[in-house]
Amino acid sequence: MYDVAVIGGGVIGCAIARELSRYRLSIVIVEKFEEVGFGTTKTNSGIIHAGHHSPPDTLKGKLVVRGNKLYDRLCKDLNFGFSRIGELVVARSESEIPELERLKKQGEAKGVPGLEVWDRERLRNAEPNLSNTLVAALHAPSAGVINPYELANALSENAVDNGVDLKVNCAVEKIVVKKGFFTVHTPPETIKARFVINCAGVYADKIAGMVGLRDFTIHPRKGEEYMLDKRLKGLVQRLIFPIPSKNTKGILIIPTFDGTIMVGPTAQDNADRDDASTTYEGSEQVFGFVSKICPSITERDTITEFAGLRAVSSTNDFIIGPTRIKGFINAAGIQSPGLTSAPAIALYVRDILKSEGLVLKKKGNFKPHLPGPPRFASLNYEQQKRLVEKDRLFAKVVCRCELVTEAEIHSAVDHGARTLDGIKFRSRAGMGRCQGGFCSSRCMDILSKRLDKPFEEITKRGGDSWVVRKMTDDV
Amino acid sequence: MLGRVEKKYGVVVIGGGPAGMGAALGARDYGEDRVLILDREPEAGGILLQCIHSGFGMHYFREELTGPEYAERFLQNIIDHDVDILSGSYVSGVVIDSGGSKKVRVMSESHGLITVETNAVVLAMGCRERTRGAVRIPGTRPSGIITAGLAQKFVNLKGYLPGKRISILGSGDIGLIMARRLTLEGCHVEGVFELMPYSNGLTRNVVQCLEDFDIPLHLSTTVAYIHGRDRIEKITVAPVNADLKPDMSRAWDVPCDTLLISIGLIPENELTQNLGIGLDVVTGGPLVSSTLETSMPGMFACGNVLHVHDLVDYVTREALLAGRFAGEWAKGVRRPKDNIRLVPGDNVRYCVPHTLSPEREHTIHLRCKAAMKPCKIRVGNLMEKKLRFVFPAEMIMFKIKPDLLDKFHGDTLRIDILPLEKGEKVD
Ligand SMILES: Cc1cc2nc3c(=O)[nH]c(=O)nc-3n(C[C@H](O)[C@H](O)[C@H](O)COP(=O)(O)OP(=O)(O)OC[C@H]3O[C@@H](n4cnc5c(N)ncnc54)[C@H](O)[C@@H]3O)c2cc1C
Ligand SMILES: Cc1cc2nc3c(=O)[nH]c(=O)nc-3n(C[C@H](O)[C@H](O)[C@H](O)COP(=O)(O)OP(=O)(O)OC[C@H]3O[C@@H](n4cnc5c(N)ncnc54)[C@H](O)[C@@H]3O)c2cc1C
Repeated sequence: MYDVAVIGGGVIGCAIARELSRYRLSIVIVEKFEEVGFGTTKTNSGIIHAGHHSPPDTLKGKLVVRGNKLYDRLCKDLNFGFSRIGELVVARSESEIPELERLKKQGEAKGVPGLEVWDRERLRNAEPNLSNTLVAALHAPSAGVINPYELANALSENAVDNGVDLKVNCAVEKIVVKKGFFTVHTPPETIKARFVINCAGVYADKIAGMVGLRDFTIHPRKGEEYMLDKRLKGLVQRLIFPIPSKNTKGILIIPTFDGTIMVGPTAQDNADRDDASTTYEGSEQVFGFVSKICPSITERDTITEFAGLRAVSSTNDFIIGPTRIKGFINAAGIQSPGLTSAPAIALYVRDILKSEGLVLKKKGNFKPHLPGPPRFASLNYEQQKRLVEKDRLFAKVVCRCELVTEAEIHSAVDHGARTLDGIKFRSRAGMGRCQGGFCSSRCMDILSKRLDKPFEEITKRGGDSWVVRKMTDDV
Repeated sequence: MLGRVEKKYGVVVIGGGPAGMGAALGARDYGEDRVLILDREPEAGGILLQCIHSGFGMHYFREELTGPEYAERFLQNIIDHDVDILSGSYVSGVVIDSGGSKKVRVMSESHGLITVETNAVVLAMGCRERTRGAVRIPGTRPSGIITAGLAQKFVNLKGYLPGKRISILGSGDIGLIMARRLTLEGCHVEGVFELMPYSNGLTRNVVQCLEDFDIPLHLSTTVAYIHGRDRIEKITVAPVNADLKPDMSRAWDVPCDTLLISIGLIPENELTQNLGIGLDVVTGGPLVSSTLETSMPGMFACGNVLHVHDLVDYVTREALLAGRFAGEWAKGVRRPKDNIRLVPGDNVRYCVPHTLSPEREHTIHLRCKAAMKPCKIRVGNLMEKKLRFVFPAEMIMFKIKPDLLDKFHGDTLRIDILPLEKGEKVD
């Protein structure tokens, strides 16, 4: 019997499990995919929002600012990629300037630090590649970027280091409410737990429905993002936002943590909870808009694209709290800024569990730290030489576009990679220009050896995402 | 010698494909005896090693060889000529000091991080394939969408199939060759879908790889949507309008478990760019003089890194030349600078080299923009050459003799491909 079963290994589930692993509790994460973070967590803009966008009277408005502040500490502990590069909301005409002032006031009321309105000249000096028709901007220095999949991996790994069980390839199909506990049924196994935390992203209403709760619904809202060639690195230094609309923060220019420029997302309501497809309309919308703000960006620069699904709840806010089913707690409707809020949500859920009667006693031996992965390409020549002296596999190149070495692939496997995407998200191998053309067969060789699995059983991201078939199979 | 590496060389060749091997031989033939080839693969030979079909060497060896056979002949030749070859070694950069001496940075499991000093460098890094991202196909992102070259590697080098029911986007040569290869392995190839109104591969490959196997080639057609969650399940294809955008009203679905991408090759010039060497935006390769020297003195280029070739024999010929000039350079020979610039004119996509000198005979490589037949190539007002046809997929080559250039006094020569005038005939 577990004290807590966390359903869903996205960033929210992982953040909650890791927070709870500070206490003397037995905890399990139940995730339907082969690795954590393979849901919405890997397909978003990766922005740690400053917090001025969300209205103060909403739960997300409260948690976002708190979440942002928690990132420095979290990053120190877990060593994922995070950098406060700052954000600019740009006004395209004089008539938009009052909106900048309104956002500034809204942010200041919530305690967002350092907000400042920049005039045309200051904006031009700071971001010379933006369109010269922009008239002003709101600067928010506390906004940042992270690699979200790195965060989810680091949170879950650190949680596991501190005693949490992680069960992957376990899709929850049924939950039975017993006296004082739940049985959570997945095809491979049945799990008993006193508390269940529902962090199932776009499926959270379905999970709630399994215990008879039908007081909210989730509808997916798709966002398409387009990754540009690294030739454009440095085009903008900060996150570039337009004036927000009612539903979204608009289409953004995002210098990702690795410096590559990404543009998006769109916001399109979607019927299908798994349909993360990109569309002609989406790319036209993104590039049509972005080229007005930064004229040198064109669709031709795209090296890859993806789409993610926001879990928009029927209340249009986060739904976090206990329910009339004692012990069943929701962390649902976590749309943007869910990534930013994740560490604050974890604390919030911890407090809820406490008031629901879970006894929280700190462990003496909690290990907060996780070393970051080695990053050969980001070191100088002398540092590289030292690494190679320790391990010759640092001199064996596996991914030529991002200069990833075999030692780094092994480290990714050591730290939990089970699929090609798992390797990619931990080491960057396959993320560059050639999109895995060069390295994927090498990575498969390494996975095959390390996991002791035949080559043809290695998948792109688990499930039915096979890569090759054996020649001798019947055709 | 295989696996040997010294501290100092006359010529270091980056890349051990046919271009690199040819360049090494060229340098040796000239008399430079300190030559090193570096290649990041476990064995030298380049892309040839995975091309187990025959069709190589008809021009150079006057024999039809398979890719590995062609590579093997060269490799033996190189070893006999006492060239050093270090495979499994990745060149991460070249550092050039103020005196012009070059230090090549190498990463290799066997040697760690080392630098090799050299007088001249030959860039022979080949090319890579364009991917799905380069053409923006909407839809989902399942597994089963790979470049034709990666599929070739899986089948020919590793003994695995990329799938069983195959569609192919683009009619590049590798795609055509894989259509045949996979059919022979018992897979079903649904068809090849080509955006342009003509094939991007050699005519002989269209005939021998598609027509002989009844594989349909759909011209002016593209993949407009990809379906499938974990693994690709089907594609929507559509004819394209004049603006090359799909006409969805005429679209149809093709079930398949694999989509091979064969939409062109891009010269591998990251290293070149990092050195600040000037590139031709059309070829994606460096700008070179008639000695195949780049804008960086003492650095030469040949093979697919310079511009994408369709036949390996031409790669070899170009490489022998580049190697020879690199050898000269290493020995201190400095030729006068070229004084004639070549500019692509009507219906010419690019020409290589980019400059000429009147002192030698030159072979000019070029590609046309659109098919034309019959037609003529006009080089300034110096010469005309009539051709039965030109075709974007097939490289055009012709020679300019020094006596012609002697009579030329301008500094730019424009090359045009023009329709024949009334009364003109191809001999
Ligand atoms: C395009 C886009 C851009 C965004 N940009 C930002 C941004 O810049 N900044 C920001 O702060 N936020 C952003 N967000 C929001 C952010 O991505 C989400 O709030 C966050 O990732 C939600 O995490 P999660 O753990 O709730 O969801 P998920 O990552 O989807 O995790 C839910 C998990 O539950 C699992 N699951 C579902 N059903 C079951 C079941 N039956 N059994 C077991 N497991 C199950 C899923 O497999 C999944 O792994 C963006 C979102 C989108 C779509
Ligand atoms: C699939 C395919 C089928 C073909 N079929 C035919 C055919 O039937 N007939 C025919 O005549 N021609 C054919 N060709 C064309 C011919 O093979 C190529 O034109 C030729 O191989 C190009 O030679 P190259 O040396 O320039 O490049 P490559 O053969 O690609 O060699 C480049 C080498 O450089 C190495 N390298 C690159 N970067 C580095 C670095 N930084 N450090 C160290 N090493 C590096 C690479 O590993 C590689 O070994 C085919 C080509 C392909 C791709």
